[in-house]
Amino acid sequence: MTLAQPLRELLAHGTPSPEAIDGFLASHAFPLLDPHGVTFVFRGRVDAVVLRMFISGLPAAQPLSRAGDTDLWLLRLDLPEGSRFEYKFEVVRGHASEWITDPLNPHRASDPFGANSVCQGWGYQPPEWTRHDPSARPGTLDGLAVDSRHLGRRELRVYVPARFRRSRRYALLVCHDGEDYLRYAGLQTVLDNLIHRLEIPPLIVALTNSPDRLKEYVGFDPHADFVAHDLLPALAARFPLEDEPASRALMGASLGGVAALHAAWRHPGTFGRLLLQSGSFAFTDIGENRRGPVFEPVVKFVNAFRANPARPTERIYQSCGIYESLIYENRSLLPLLQDQKIQVRYDEARDGHNWQNWRDRLQAGLNYLFPGPLWMVYE
Amino acid sequence: MQDYALLGPQYRDPNLRDCLAGLGVHGRLVTITAGWQEREGEIDELRSHVGAAHEVVDLGLYVRTQQVYADDPALAGAYRERQELLQELQEHYVRRLRALQAAEEELNALPGEGAALRLARRAALGDIRRLDRQHLAAIAREHAAFTREWHPGRRASLMPHVTEIRREMERAAAVLIAGGHVAVLLNRLRLFGLGSLLRGRPLVAWSAGAMAVGERVVLFHDRTPQGIAYSEVLDEGLGLVRGIQPLPHAETRFALDLPARVRAFARRFAPARCLALDHGTLARWHRGRLVEARGLRRLTRGGRVVAEHAAHAARGEAAS
Repeated sequence: MTLAQPLRELLAHGTPSPEAIDGFLASHAFPLLDPHGVTFVFRGRVDAVVLRMFISGLPAAQPLSRAGDTDLWLLRLDLPEGSRFEYKFEVVRGHASEWITDPLNPHRASDPFGANSVCQGWGYQPPEWTRHDPSARPGTLDGLAVDSRHLGRRELRVYVPARFRRSRRYALLVCHDGEDYLRYAGLQTVLDNLIHRLEIPPLIVALTNSPDRLKEYVGFDPHADFVAHDLLPALAARFPLEDEPASRALMGASLGGVAALHAAWRHPGTFGRLLLQSGSFAFTDIGENRRGPVFEPVVKFVNAFRANPARPTERIYQSCGIYESLIYENRSLLPLLQDQKIQVRYDEARDGHNWQNWRDRLQAGLNYLFPGPLWMVYE
Repeated sequence: MQDYALLGPQYRDPNLRDCLAGLGVHGRLVTITAGWQEREGEIDELRSHVGAAHEVVDLGLYVRTQQVYADDPALAGAYRERQELLQELQEHYVRRLRALQAAEEELNALPGEGAALRLARRAALGDIRRLDRQHLAAIAREHAAFTREWHPGRRASLMPHVTEIRREMERAAAVLIAGGHVAVLLNRLRLFGLGSLLRGRPLVAWSAGAMAVGERVVLFHDRTPQGIAYSEVLDEGLGLVRGIQPLPHAETRFALDLPARVRAFARRFAPARCLALDHGTLARWHRGRLVEARGLRRLTRGGRVVAEHAAHAARGEAAS
């Protein structure tokens, strides 16, 4: 293993003292980055440490090695510039093991399943527009209840842009897993900033959620009918919305992307814009689905879609991380969409299946679907 | 000669009150906020910027336009047609511009300073300048044709508004033109004949307002999600402020840190002085001379961004 320069210096003269290690840990940021890779460091009197990460194509578990007689554990990986992925350490003591976030790394990413440590590779910077901008006027979140013929009563929140006026009409974005987008992808800050920067027009954003997304987001007709037949009229009754497909968008990540594509496909001509992030577009050409029973309905829908895609929408922004197992499915979808004469922008990032990846693509996606008035407005 | 001032954006650290004091303006003010579209006339913030000593009245050009079009469908239809034509002209111009800009960039990126290359670069710049001039001339012809055919100034649907506007302006010590959507603003100013009504009156403009009162409106944004976009000439301005090319929000919109970009822009629009109007800028002209230049910066033909001083303003571009 080629060690990073600071570690080589630390270990150059035999076993460093505990005080020297203390000083080393206090004076560096971890994991240690270099232009070509990353070195993970763990300190503790334990029996083994294993890096657990989620990069398609690499082993999910890679052991760290103990540095001589010290209590330091090390692992270096090659990593292209600008990469980002999430990980945990599995720490083994005797027969017990536990998965923990990296105690030396302050960067965390949360999702509905908990928190992971984030490895931000050399050159990665969170985009400036994801940070709170005090000069951006904040939008608000209104409550809305919809009595659905298809799903029963649903409550959701709706993002209403700053300087909302009843006298103008707004484009609509329906965001699946909306609360997760708010919580884990900073969607409200992103919307405030992009609207303030005139990169997108002021939008109404319906933040929908599902109590059972493994059932409702997998190509479930009643959910698609809820979006098209119940949610849309409720939103139109409450807000002044543009009444044309080009001003109506659906978005979602992972299974949320499946739900968005399915709703548009089932109701062609209704939603003129789709934003699909790391969509779980599992399909089979020959053989069986190997992703497990949850994916059976997804495969059924995606196979049907692939057999008869028609033209469910006019414009799609699609993105996927190249460290995701879904990269194959997403790449396979792209030519199919283009063959339907749909305008598609497809972006890949050196990132995984996670909320910060989805956050970092929002500027490109939203601006592609709803270009803002930045060219004409000088305030 | 008209006294006027151009300011940076006013939503943060406004300096409108200082500006009015410098102009020696007291009393009633008229505002034009048509660029704000549906928010037109929401001027409480502006009132607080100028202070209680000034009564402030908005001319309501955006709402008046809607009223005129509702009352005069023939004019509305003709106007819409004209806008579609202008839009088409713009699209064709941008297609041609893209090719010329790409050629200029390619030549500028070549190494060396040989005579043939210098000649080619100069010719490439000349091509772009010629295209800009042709485009502006085509737009001017359309405006003139529309005026000839429809005589907006003499139409019954417009005349009461123009009379009211004139009356408001006569009672005002100065006119303030805010920013917003530059085409919306400019079209409203033109529809009600503000070009001539504003002439000779103390005037303060910022953001899109500063663009509209110049000789030519140039759209620009170097920090779009897609990167630098080619700057486009959109239209003639009202021509009340001459000899300069205003660049509102240059700090955030223009790649001032790229000398090649600064140089190309300044040369393209020379001899106009390309002035960055950012937060805190206060540029005031008296009898045609720049007499106050707080925070005012100029893009030079050498690719630098320099402070523009009131005392030096008359020396000309060669000074850079």
